[in-house]
Amino acid sequence: MNTLSKLLSSGIISLTTALSPIASLAATPADTLVVANRIDDIITIDPAESFEFAGSDVSRNIYQKLVNFDPFNLDAGYQPEIAESWTVSSDGRSITFQIRDGLTFASGNPVTAEDVAFSLRRAVALEKTPSFILTQFGFSADNIKETITTDGNSVTITTDKRYATSFVLNCLTATIGGIVDMKTVMANEVNGDMGNEWLKTHSAGSGPYILSSWKPNESVVLTANPNYAGSAPAMARVVIRHVQESASQRLLLERGDIDVARNLNTEDIKGAREADGVIVEDELRGRLMYFALNQKHPDLAKPKVRQAMKYLVDYKGMESSFLDGQYVIHQNFLPRTFLGAVDANPFSLDIEKAKGLLAEAGVDSLELEVGVREAQERIEIAQSLQNTFAQAGIKLNITVGTAKQILGRYRARELDVYLGAWGPDYPDPNTNAATFAFNPDNSDAANATGILAWRNSWDTGGLTEKTAAAVVESDRNKRSEMYADIQAIFRDTSPFAIMFQRIEQTALRDNVENLLLGGATTAASYWTVTK
Amino acid sequence: MAVTDPISEGRLQAPFGQTILRVIATFGSIAVTMLGLLFVTFVIGRIMPIDPVLAIVGERAPQATYDAVYFDLGLDKPVIVQFGYYIWDVLQGDFGDSLLNARPVSEDIARVFPATLELATLGILFGILIGTPLGVLSAVHQGSWIDQIVRFVALIGYSMPIFWLGLMGLLIFYGLLGWVGGPGRLDIFFEDIVPTRTGMILIDSAISGHWDVFRNAFSHIILPASLLGYYSLAYISRMTRSFMLEQLSSEYILTARVKGLSERQVIWGHAFKNIRVQLVTVMALSYANLLEGSVLTEIIFSWPGIGSYVTTALLSADMNAVLGGTVVIGLIFVCLNVLSDLLYRIFDPRSK
Repeated sequence: MNTLSKLLSSGIISLTTALSPIASLAATPADTLVVANRIDDIITIDPAESFEFAGSDVSRNIYQKLVNFDPFNLDAGYQPEIAESWTVSSDGRSITFQIRDGLTFASGNPVTAEDVAFSLRRAVALEKTPSFILTQFGFSADNIKETITTDGNSVTITTDKRYATSFVLNCLTATIGGIVDMKTVMANEVNGDMGNEWLKTHSAGSGPYILSSWKPNESVVLTANPNYAGSAPAMARVVIRHVQESASQRLLLERGDIDVARNLNTEDIKGAREADGVIVEDELRGRLMYFALNQKHPDLAKPKVRQAMKYLVDYKGMESSFLDGQYVIHQNFLPRTFLGAVDANPFSLDIEKAKGLLAEAGVDSLELEVGVREAQERIEIAQSLQNTFAQAGIKLNITVGTAKQILGRYRARELDVYLGAWGPDYPDPNTNAATFAFNPDNSDAANATGILAWRNSWDTGGLTEKTAAAVVESDRNKRSEMYADIQAIFRDTSPFAIMFQRIEQTALRDNVENLLLGGATTAASYWTVTK
Repeated sequence: MAVTDPISEGRLQAPFGQTILRVIATFGSIAVTMLGLLFVTFVIGRIMPIDPVLAIVGERAPQATYDAVYFDLGLDKPVIVQFGYYIWDVLQGDFGDSLLNARPVSEDIARVFPATLELATLGILFGILIGTPLGVLSAVHQGSWIDQIVRFVALIGYSMPIFWLGLMGLLIFYGLLGWVGGPGRLDIFFEDIVPTRTGMILIDSAISGHWDVFRNAFSHIILPASLLGYYSLAYISRMTRSFMLEQLSSEYILTARVKGLSERQVIWGHAFKNIRVQLVTVMALSYANLLEGSVLTEIIFSWPGIGSYVTTALLSADMNAVLGGTVVIGLIFVCLNVLSDLLYRIFDPRSK
């Protein structure tokens, strides 16, 4: 549906609801939370394989992890969950977790060290997409029996070299760190798949909920886990319905047939704010919007040109117009709320300063191609850049295409400029540092297409080493300072212009309390909700 | 002088051998049609600018992971070889797994198609039962205010964007009046109560005697079905009017009237009888279009049907799902064509 259609539909809803009273409201059951969300990205519920936003939300409510975030206090960082405590070996390579007593899976089986070791080994052995979160520590299918071991009620993991403990533990809070019930899973093993096929559509966790059903592109139903060791959730049932259209979500919410609408567009958010019994909550998410300059382009490789480009962005204009409420200005590669995140946003639109920098670099005029994937907000940002760049004599030609067209050229280092979004893979600063500020081999032959710095042919000029040092720093505060330092250099020297951080706006009935969506670091918690 | 219908002459019985040949020819034609359809879809899927590998591994995957999946999917082989492998699997009843959710495509289609079938069948019933009489009425009263109103109604049905009508319908009948259920097939109170037999909730709830579920399902389906039915109605009424006008201006109608037959006999006994063959084609086409899935209707009403399934699959580069959906939709068209042919033989003995 195009923008005009969205505006039209939102306008119709606003006008009609303003003129006429809504019919008598329906209401969801007092012990049931009904959420409208786009869940067509879910491809599996298996924590060893799930790597999508909607899937992470489901998984967080089903599986406990060794360590996890307290949804009420995300700033506190990881906290003990299945692990009662942990100790780090003197060489910094081994972490031994003491498993908490009294935890049980939904099946009634106790949560043991064996289950923990099995879950982590399984996640490595299956080699599914998110397995890199664990294999980056040197775990492999060949060595998991030696590197992930149990002793009584404790589990020890041994990494290939010393890493910051906070790095390892942050990674264990990711979805892939979910602990599964070994007996139940292996009872459903088919052809040596370690229960992967079965866990796609079933659950075997010790968290507050169990998966009752998942109908792709239709709904997910969670019911309270009767064997959950914590307090029973107030919502005995959570129904997540796939509702694609924003206007339909808004109607359902205003009519009282759902409690939460998670995908309202800007126009519908404005309308929902004015509706009776509906409130809107904002939450910072981890996604960043940025553009990057290919260093193979002789002019873009000049430091002053890179600087000039960052002064040619109308940050405030975009934030207050078409990105209003959806994005906030943020010019650093670590999203706010991440360890090491900083709030410094030194760049603002300054045409004269940019012109001066371009003149100093000896660049009079420039014609560049920017590649953008076909998403409305990205195209609008590209158009804004086209306008402001033109004021400094830079002609920006916008190429809009599908992921295959644009990402293919980006990964092949062919685009002058790429405009896109990036979200963290796991809640540790290394997730973004290792792609924005780390590029050990900048040669074409390295073919390191997964690294953003490589895609832009950027030799990081020392930041690679600083990033490698930060990832092994065991002192959490010192590590945080190291990332702040890296970002300060990155802001000034890199070919990346980070512009905005995503805000998720959620509309909900005003009787819904404590819906905590996990900020930039983790996923949604439904067990905290009360009505 | 007897009134003779143009179609009531030349009744001939085809020999048994000819019937067998015709059946073989029909199945051969179906096979060639399906093969051609699959080939075109397959080739389009391979040349269109979407990347099934990226859809699986994600944009940040290293090249080694990308390459592994690329080879695993057989994308390194020539398109014709890939197509050969696919056809071989299909002939064994294997449509492959969805690239994205790794579930068998046949299971996915078995889940989404009944939802579309239920919606489309109710829609076409609405379109036929109201559209046909309206078309006849309009033709009989050509130029009158009745004709103008019917044509206006049909024009609106033809020209209004479906998403707009859908949203307006939701706003008025669900949001403001509360007469019908909202998006989705059931209220959450009624979900997972009725055991799935056919996948069509109205039928399943009736079979199991859950009439409260039936009523709720009906309140959810009535609006999208009416909306789809309205579009069919617009088409069917216009075509019926056109066919009837042609018949009503024929000489045999004039003869019938001169002979003193009642208007009812003239219109329904003679003129309408002679447009049945054409109407069958129109109705079959309308039904096939509805079964193909109305993507926007399904999106607005959160209806988990085959239209939105295939569209989502297409946008996600899930070509196994797209091809599976194409086979089903193609089969529907072919089957409705065969059905139309059969009805021709019943309504028009000359075609025997």
